[in-house]
Amino acid sequence: MDIVIIKYNAGNIYSVDYALKRLGVEAVVTADPELIRKADKVIFPGQGEAVTTMKYLRERHLDELICDLKQPVLGICLGLQLMCRFSEEGNTTCLGIFDTEVKKFMPERHEDKVPHMGWNTIYDCSSPLFKGIDSVNPYVYFVHSYYVPLNPYAITKTDYIVPFTSAIHKDNFYATQYHPEKSGKTGELILQNFLDL
Amino acid sequence: MLAKRIIPCLDVKDGMTVKGVNFVNFREAGDAVELGKAYSDQGADELVYLDITASHEGRKTFVDLVRRVAANISIPFTVGGGINELKDVDRLLNAGADKVSINSAALRNPHLIEEISTHFGSQVCVVAIDAKLEDNGTWMCYLNGGRIPTDRDLFGWAKEAQDRGAGEILFTSMSHDGVKEGYANDALARLADSLNIPVIASGGAGKMEHFKDTFVVGKADAALAASVFHFGEIKIPELKQYLKEQHITVRI
Repeated sequence: MDIVIIKYNAGNIYSVDYALKRLGVEAVVTADPELIRKADKVIFPGQGEAVTTMKYLRERHLDELICDLKQPVLGICLGLQLMCRFSEEGNTTCLGIFDTEVKKFMPERHEDKVPHMGWNTIYDCSSPLFKGIDSVNPYVYFVHSYYVPLNPYAITKTDYIVPFTSAIHKDNFYATQYHPEKSGKTGELILQNFLDL
Repeated sequence: MLAKRIIPCLDVKDGMTVKGVNFVNFREAGDAVELGKAYSDQGADELVYLDITASHEGRKTFVDLVRRVAANISIPFTVGGGINELKDVDRLLNAGADKVSINSAALRNPHLIEEISTHFGSQVCVVAIDAKLEDNGTWMCYLNGGRIPTDRDLFGWAKEAQDRGAGEILFTSMSHDGVKEGYANDALARLADSLNIPVIASGGAGKMEHFKDTFVVGKADAALAASVFHFGEIKIPELKQYLKEQHITVRI
């Protein structure tokens, strides 16, 4: 099975590569359109900022390429946000795979710290991605300042300041706001389930 | 709800973990990757690796270690020690670290905080502060692992670090470290009230109650400890179970 991790100007791409290696899978980290197009599974990771990242993707025509992919695609963190229509981060037009916007967390109390960073629970898990996870509300690792509001694409939700959509799915596109590659055993299961799709 | 984090800290020299008692007299405690993996399996939420090697050769060994940690461990980890400029940060993040912790270098050159947070995001930048409660009741910051006093006070410096873009404050009380009588909860609560970034409590853990106290009284977002974990005096699964029974949100 050919697994491709899309290489672009985002941080921490290699964490995903390491996580796949722990599952016994050798992925290719590349920005080569041909390799991405013919892969069996594509992972679109990310940590960074929306404006410069979208610019980078557009300049290399990776934006159209990602939207046209037909095999299972997993977006992670910024990857999820960029798959949406619009982000309040720099008021950026994104890929538009999911017809939803991305909003900035607004603290309501002193205790509400932004970024939302650390281990939080996911609930209403409704996707094969969460098969075999024994906890009803498992903990996963988050680092983000922007979020996707509740919407029909949700396959997991999380509460932080407000209830929000922490993972989304439509057709062949899946995406998690959290980092499965940093979420211990739960994260390993999510990645394994994606590989098994 | 966001869980309170338990963070074992591994001081590393030549790939092995050591733990100082009151910042001197090192005792050896084991292989750094193996130990980190064991903590991760037991339910640690994050790990901190501090490079206490001084030599250039040792620094290269540390980058290799960071790579091995990233390859083997599936929870976030922070690395610190010997970070003086942006290219040190770049090297460590490229090796797979999730965050970097800067201490003396930030006090000497506060602009480094802005540089790191601008280039890599504030979530990457942990500012570690070693401070001591002086006889006159003030908390003063120290350089070089607690060896050199400064004229900066803890609260002013922590606020400045936040305003410059720090993502978290890791506050070690030199007055409590190694003593095992609890964390510096008064100072921690004051930090939590004045900052809007997470505060990691460090220095003073001896019993499970100390963790509860630092979350409840000290309002800490995370608690870091070393020797109580390294020497098996507190086991992470038992600690988390205890905290859960005390109605503290933890990841189990």
